[in-house]
Amino acid sequence: MSKYLLDKFLYTVDRDPELVERYREDPAGTVTWWEAEMANKLLNCTADERTTWLAFTEEERSALRTHDHVALFGLGAHPFLTLTLFIAMFERDHGPLEYQLAYAKAMEHISLPYPDIAT
Amino acid sequence: MAQVVAVIASTHHPFYYRASTATGADRPPFADEWVAKIEAFRETLTKARPDVLVMVGSDHFHQLWLDNMPQFLVGKAPFFDANFSNEEREFGLPRMTLAGQEDLSAHILRDGLDAGFDLAFSNELRIDHSITCPIITLRPEADLPIVPIYTNIFAPPLPRPQRFVQLGRTIRQLVESWPTDQRVAIIGTGHLSLELGGPRQFGAHGPDPEFDRKAVEWIAAGDIEGALSEVTLDSLHLPGNATHGFMDFLLMMGAAGDGAKADHVDSLDLFHTMEAYFTWYPNGAPA
Repeated sequence: MSKYLLDKFLYTVDRDPELVERYREDPAGTVTWWEAEMANKLLNCTADERTTWLAFTEEERSALRTHDHVALFGLGAHPFLTLTLFIAMFERDHGPLEYQLAYAKAMEHISLPYPDIAT
Repeated sequence: MAQVVAVIASTHHPFYYRASTATGADRPPFADEWVAKIEAFRETLTKARPDVLVMVGSDHFHQLWLDNMPQFLVGKAPFFDANFSNEEREFGLPRMTLAGQEDLSAHILRDGLDAGFDLAFSNELRIDHSITCPIITLRPEADLPIVPIYTNIFAPPLPRPQRFVQLGRTIRQLVESWPTDQRVAIIGTGHLSLELGGPRQFGAHGPDPEFDRKAVEWIAAGDIEGALSEVTLDSLHLPGNATHGFMDFLLMMGAAGDGAKADHVDSLDLFHTMEAYFTWYPNGAPA
């Protein structure tokens, strides 16, 4: 399990407007490309100084590929990162606050304590 | 020595800018009341006639990231650019540039290190809405130099509540030992109960109105002991999963002083989260 890598995906996609659109339109392809090319890129280092060991589990890969924000929450992805990116991708298809409320409604079966988000 | 002319604690609601500038059918029904409360709050800072603003906030995974995460960080630079593309996208926040007060940053870093806080620093810091929201609400002219101080309320493991109080007390002492005649306001923003990305988000009120009621009482009365007797890193999960932002209020209570009653207290019950505004005048209310 790599909560850190899930968070890194959400973080690096959210901050890049082109990647936000690419992930919205082609989630499976974007996740495959990102894991191969970006997952081991150290954000504050040159391209040669790559990390050698970061990879998703199949469960994590699947949650990202299916845009499953409930599963991401269950896996301990940082809820702020997931929410911010998913609002960017899907709020546009809904009326005011409709998407945010549907997002919460899909999680209404979840009770405290929530999954640990510590990385 | 420098004077602390006001200590101000506030929520930082990223929707205020859009709500307050919207017109016609786009203007939400609560906007006029919200603007009136903000203008009264703004007046409490204006009256204190500050020269410099120490701004306490928390980066929301904008520049600070999990590969290199500081617990407490002081910005030291001649300028701070502000707001990020996802804040423009989601909240309609404008890009801004604020001047820095590097002498005070250097003083806080040097004497803060000597006072037992291993403060991180940044010489190229882009600040986010935790600091620009209070600039927009309290000093929309954005004409005063700032010292940004970031706390980690976001990426566990977090410092404990007591540590935030201690840092607030220390910041107050550090400002008061800055050898200058400048008038300084210490402004910090956090949250009351708040849920982000969980089942309790975007409700008709904040996720835990009872917590909010108690929190406002603690802050208004400067009841640090009362707050710390009930608030722990574990307990803050209960009112809402983003309620650890309340620790920035605890920091500001430390800056205001034990038992210091706020001179201005206001709140506004909004959907999603409650707004709350507090001002203390350590040297008495200005005329």
